[in-house]
Amino acid sequence: MSRTFVGMPAFPEAAHRALGNQQLRANLGHATSTIREKRAKVVAEVPDWEDLRRAGAAIKDDALLHLDEHLVRLEEQLTSRGVVVHWARDAAEACALVAGVARDHQVEEVVKVKSMATGEIGLNEALEREGIAAWETDLAELIVQLGDDLPSHILVPAIHRNRTEIRDIFATAMGAAGRPAPADLTDDPARLAEAARLHLREKFLRARMAVTGANFAVADSGTLVVVESEGNGRMCLTLPEVLVAVVGIEKVVPTWRDLDVLLRLLPRSATGERMNPYTSTWTGIAPGDGPQEMHVVLLDNGRTRALADEVGRQALRCIRCSACLNVCPVYERTGGHAYGSVYPGPIGAILNPLLRGVGVDDQVDSLPYASSLCGACYEVCPVRIDIPEVLVELRAQVVDAHRGRRHGASERLGMRTAARVLRSGRRLAAVEWLGGRLPMPRRLGPLTAWTRERDLPRPARRSFRRWWRREGGAR
Amino acid sequence: MRVALLVTCLNDALFPETGRSVVRLLRRLGVEVEFPEAQTCCGQPMVNTGYLDEAVPLLRNFVDTFEGYDAVVTPSGSCAGSVRHQHRLVAHRAGEKLLSRRAEQLAPRVYELSEFLVDVLGVEDVGATFPHRVAYHPTCHSLRLLGVGDRPSRLLRAVRGLELVDLPGAEECCGFGGTFALKNAETSVAIGQDKARNAVASGAEYLVAGDRSCLMHIGGLLSRQRAPVGVLHLADVLASTEEQR
Repeated sequence: MSRTFVGMPAFPEAAHRALGNQQLRANLGHATSTIREKRAKVVAEVPDWEDLRRAGAAIKDDALLHLDEHLVRLEEQLTSRGVVVHWARDAAEACALVAGVARDHQVEEVVKVKSMATGEIGLNEALEREGIAAWETDLAELIVQLGDDLPSHILVPAIHRNRTEIRDIFATAMGAAGRPAPADLTDDPARLAEAARLHLREKFLRARMAVTGANFAVADSGTLVVVESEGNGRMCLTLPEVLVAVVGIEKVVPTWRDLDVLLRLLPRSATGERMNPYTSTWTGIAPGDGPQEMHVVLLDNGRTRALADEVGRQALRCIRCSACLNVCPVYERTGGHAYGSVYPGPIGAILNPLLRGVGVDDQVDSLPYASSLCGACYEVCPVRIDIPEVLVELRAQVVDAHRGRRHGASERLGMRTAARVLRSGRRLAAVEWLGGRLPMPRRLGPLTAWTRERDLPRPARRSFRRWWRREGGAR
Repeated sequence: MRVALLVTCLNDALFPETGRSVVRLLRRLGVEVEFPEAQTCCGQPMVNTGYLDEAVPLLRNFVDTFEGYDAVVTPSGSCAGSVRHQHRLVAHRAGEKLLSRRAEQLAPRVYELSEFLVDVLGVEDVGATFPHRVAYHPTCHSLRLLGVGDRPSRLLRAVRGLELVDLPGAEECCGFGGTFALKNAETSVAIGQDKARNAVASGAEYLVAGDRSCLMHIGGLLSRQRAPVGVLHLADVLASTEEQR
């Protein structure tokens, strides 16, 4: 249970592996088209959906613009309600803080609410190194964890698995992690859910510490909000004695009023539900009720870097709904693992480079190119993140970061040459004349990537501009 | 009204017949279209690959060439999208404030072909005859970036003899994506195969779209597979008449 995304190859190579897996293609195609249709149906029911999107974007933009003030206010409010607030610059600091709390209480295990931030910082692996078991309690996260697998979707991390595969994972792996699956387990969804419930119940009742993330943090009142569908989160938030929340600093919203808009946008965009099934909010410690010790780790880990990017900062509006993944033609074919991060799909293609910076890691630099720029992601984004615009900006940053380096030199030369030809109509005319007369070269260089499965048209013997000059313009 | 044709570099070099179709169609509708010979490329291939510095001289050439016209019409949703949505931003990012302003002023006068026909000329029946079964693929940039909506379908429905059939999954991307088709060739092909399969399933003789670039990709797959579906640009269909056949 210690697989990580570290050392993943660049996107084209990772995609190559995924594209060869017919089972994966079938599972993904089925799952994404189902969620897509559900979302489209419930979004169409809301007459002012476009206004709601604009409002969501404005709320998040405003929160980000005054992030410094809101975070200080959040800290004041949390502290005054008995919560210990920690600030973590990066993944290592955040993991050390959570491990420190676990050590203080001498716990050997923690139960976890589904959380992207803890996945991002590799918390489970960090705790494992300290001898502390971190049990995922979200059904899909449990499937990933028991299968010694990696998440491939933000909302449905086991989307790449079908029922039969899940049955096999439960049957073989549950025993080693706790209560085994019933011997006669089938791939009936109700039976699978029951097996998970029984397995998890014993963990909920035993655990003394829970780790969660948060979908939103309300600065005004010091309230944390978790949005989930299964009720496992609420078990984790109420049963253990100690609760630690790892919260990205961009999760802050000024007031409860702001939640109204965001909680209407999120479920329809995410699961295609009109209202979210379990929305848990907690405001500090309630004596004698629920966890009596609470910590909040406010996580940067690249968020301030993203915030400094004029074009890219809009990515911090993201409320992790996954709508962009479900409509993405690239994600639908390659699945999430190809993106090499807990944040896959279109949002991952911009968020990872923004959080980690470009020009350092080839895998990260390949992500902004993992898109056909079709724009379907922007169309569905509930907070109107113009993902294609950010992708193009990040591509420019990747190119600029490599200028003067050997890496990508041939592509640069090609682009520069093309740009030189295209600077004037006369130069282009000369090249077209030549192209229409020369035989097709034997070696096509980078064009072999095209011709492997696609025919390539020959340059016309007479270009349009030549036709125009000879007869077109004359009529 | 002075109208210029932005033929696009791709059509100019590889698909000149589509440029000729636009000229024939517009002249039939009484538009005296000009072809400014200084034009080259809108710069989209460079911009979308991240070579913004290299693209700036192309943007300047574009603005120099076209800003004197009342309308610029182009048989490409993608190039129209790039001009209208990217030029201003790219010039601005490069610190070229004047160029950015000039690009911004020119942008609203650049029309994709179906927009020009329906919105500027106010015609839907262009007097074409094309007795074939046709499926229409709305290319992503014409659909989402420009929002041409059902203009192309309305134009096609008015063509005599033409039977417009449904394309399954019509609004899904074909997977071309410019240099994406080379940098992520396998993914591009995987997406395109589904589009090609849907084109065959539609029962159409021709798959029609407003971008030769996407059609080059889909058509390249179809012809490699010897599929019984041809590809045509919207302009080619709208230009064809009884007399021609």
